[in-house]
Amino acid sequence: MKQKVLLDAKEIDIILHRLACQLIENHDDFSQTVLIGIQPRGVFLADRILKVLKEDYKIKDIKKGNLDITFYRDDFRRGEPLKANTTHINFIVEDKNVVFIDDVLFTGRSIRSALTAIQSFGRPKKVELLTLIDRRFSRHLPIQPDYNGRKVDAINEEKVKVSWKENDGKDVVYLVNE
Amino acid sequence: MELSVNHLLGIKYITKNDLKLIFETADHFKEVINRPIKKVPSLRDITIANLFFENSTRTRLSFELAEKRLSADVVNFSASSSSVKKGETLIDTVNNILSMKVDMVVMRHPDPGACVFLSKHVAASIINAGDGAHEHPTQALLDSYSIREKFGSVEGKKVVLVGDILHSRVALSNIFALKLQGAKVKICGPKSLMPKHIESLGVEIETNLRKALEWCDIANMLRVQHERMDASYFPSTREYVQQFGLNKKILDSLDREITIMHPGPINRGVEITSDVADSEHSLILEQVQNGVAIRMAVLYLLAEKIQQPA
Repeated sequence: MKQKVLLDAKEIDIILHRLACQLIENHDDFSQTVLIGIQPRGVFLADRILKVLKEDYKIKDIKKGNLDITFYRDDFRRGEPLKANTTHINFIVEDKNVVFIDDVLFTGRSIRSALTAIQSFGRPKKVELLTLIDRRFSRHLPIQPDYNGRKVDAINEEKVKVSWKENDGKDVVYLVNE
Repeated sequence: MELSVNHLLGIKYITKNDLKLIFETADHFKEVINRPIKKVPSLRDITIANLFFENSTRTRLSFELAEKRLSADVVNFSASSSSVKKGETLIDTVNNILSMKVDMVVMRHPDPGACVFLSKHVAASIINAGDGAHEHPTQALLDSYSIREKFGSVEGKKVVLVGDILHSRVALSNIFALKLQGAKVKICGPKSLMPKHIESLGVEIETNLRKALEWCDIANMLRVQHERMDASYFPSTREYVQQFGLNKKILDSLDREITIMHPGPINRGVEITSDVADSEHSLILEQVQNGVAIRMAVLYLLAEKIQQPA
């Protein structure tokens, strides 16, 4: 197994600040906006973005939830059993701007599922997508990010692995070739 | 993680890991059924037949709701309005239904073992919704789930099952489920309603209700099943109430509070009085709500075992 560092901790920090600023540009004080981390791995990125917005840019009340898409996936009963995670959204998204947050955008199928899942919490005014890594050229569906950290050209056998300090010990993004 | 079985025929046939997986999955479905829109599309390409050869209100509604919240297609069948009355056998009835492309069967039947028998002869995933005095696995699952929700764990809890153990499938499934999770179980009721050799399942018999209540953390009050009785098992209902009926007076005289459960339907004033059934220590309505989440989990996990043809 070979792995190459795509982004180190410093680069990730710069990207998090850029993405936060881009969100502020479009969403002002976040009074009409909610952040939704996509389970499982999008939640770490969502928590980080939230921290930057609150601590470095002094934006107070931001609503953030976690959305699990397991029961909405299109590959149920097609291979490995799926493991569900917790959904925690204690607000209604009716007429709000929703920003989905996920670490890696690959085929786009997770986001397709998330678009269906979020409707159980109301009809959003608008839905946007923020990702740390966009694996372009590997999409199965017409889905693109609105805010993106880094574009990566990876072939299908390669994997992008995002590690977070709070979960995996350090902030780093690897390109893994198995 | 996936279930070790392809059918849910009874708690006797599943493992501790299966219980854990079902409960964790039910946690997620409990969140789903408290959303503004209480439906997920997981089972949209699954068809389920509910075959009820015996009366049921709660279990049948609960299964149907669980199936619909998972977006499955549902067909309902009850024996009183079917060709069973014209002499058709069980296998023929079910195979005819399956030839209409049904993937799963939820069945309640008056004969013990009917689901086990069916699972060996038809090509569908079978879920036992109660077979005679044998098992009622989803009831035991939701009972344990309700205990787990209130106390955090079932392990080490002291549970007493009170009433008609002899005719109760709820009792047998509960004994299997509780023992599997490391709870201590006693059964309490008239000697005539205790099955022979029940101690071999690792439970103790207590014929004095007060002593049983003083010992337990949780009392699960079972209904006296008059419809299954072929003889007189106790002199009169009045005498049964005096000895085994749960009322506020006996609860107040205990030195601590215990949790009360009942699988329904309640015979108010017989096994339990209204003030106890409706009290804050009663889990009865939580049990009903948890029933939908548990059944969604069971249906989802069994459907997962039916792989889509490649």
